[in-house]
Amino acid sequence: MTFTQQIITIGMVVLGTVMTRFVPFLVFPAGKPTPKYIQYLGKVLPAAVFGLLVIYCLKNVSLFAGSHGIPELIGIAVVVGLHLWKRQMLISIAGGTVCYMLLVQFVF
Amino acid sequence: MSNRTKLKEAFKAAFPHTIPIFAGFWFLGMTYGIYMNVSGFSFLYPMFMSMTIFAGSVEFVAVSLLLGAFNPLQALAMTLMINARHLFYGISMLDKYRGNGLKDIYLIFGMCDESFSINYTADIPEGIDRGWFMFFVTLLNQCYWVFGATLGGIFGSLIHFNTEGLDFVMTAMFVVIFMEQWMKEKNHISAFVGLGVSLLCLIAFGAENFIIPAMLGILGVLTLLRAPLEKETEVRQ
Repeated sequence: MTFTQQIITIGMVVLGTVMTRFVPFLVFPAGKPTPKYIQYLGKVLPAAVFGLLVIYCLKNVSLFAGSHGIPELIGIAVVVGLHLWKRQMLISIAGGTVCYMLLVQFVF
Repeated sequence: MSNRTKLKEAFKAAFPHTIPIFAGFWFLGMTYGIYMNVSGFSFLYPMFMSMTIFAGSVEFVAVSLLLGAFNPLQALAMTLMINARHLFYGISMLDKYRGNGLKDIYLIFGMCDESFSINYTADIPEGIDRGWFMFFVTLLNQCYWVFGATLGGIFGSLIHFNTEGLDFVMTAMFVVIFMEQWMKEKNHISAFVGLGVSLLCLIAFGAENFIIPAMLGILGVLTLLRAPLEKETEVRQ
């Protein structure tokens, strides 16, 4: 690929990303009332999307090979436990991550 | 409150929310920079790509696009597919990312998974300017990412210490955000739909191809559930 072709390729990736981010704001402009269906989606989608993102983070975990997803399961249990106990975002995240790192580096 | 204090207060409120992202982006950004480094690109590539694209997964894909044959349309199509989830974020942010003046443009430009998640769920304290709070969350996150990617591109081959497992910080963060959302909502149907449909699609389509079917599935199920879900919120209110 020449340098110009590289710039065009990167430009296309920038264009595609910007499009996915701006389209909803352009399709549903501020002045006009947003359709009820879209308002409904705006309310219920985030909970589902956060669920999707959790699964997305775990997509490469294999239950039937390697460590069988056990370190991930323990790590998540620690995060959930800490968060239910203290409800301090940073403590929950740091605690779970350190626990996971120790598990994958020394145990599994 | 003077303009300067307003900015300072917003920055102070925003910064703690971005600390987990600092850890995650530093690591992922470095990984990306190192990957570009070993693929034969100067650090200027990860630096400018992380600034202009600012969407993690597609930047990794862009490396293989750059190494392959020149095909701009394919690059565009791939990007639209991988980043289609941003459409969901945009629909959820139609109100929050409006009315903040010119900052809105940057907020929308910088709407990556993490910035969206924080800005959607954070309880911004009374008296803190919401626009500036969200602006600093987005800006700090992007700085971490660009910083990591550039550093990885420069020093890629020199760094040796055991960081194995550090990427779990992202999983941990999304679990916490999922829980925060869970504690705020009145019913958990949508959360279950998100987890269940995504899991089914992951099993059915595999790790590389499940995002788009999962999104369509979530959209479909939530559309079917619209009448009962809206009724329930009305009754509760």
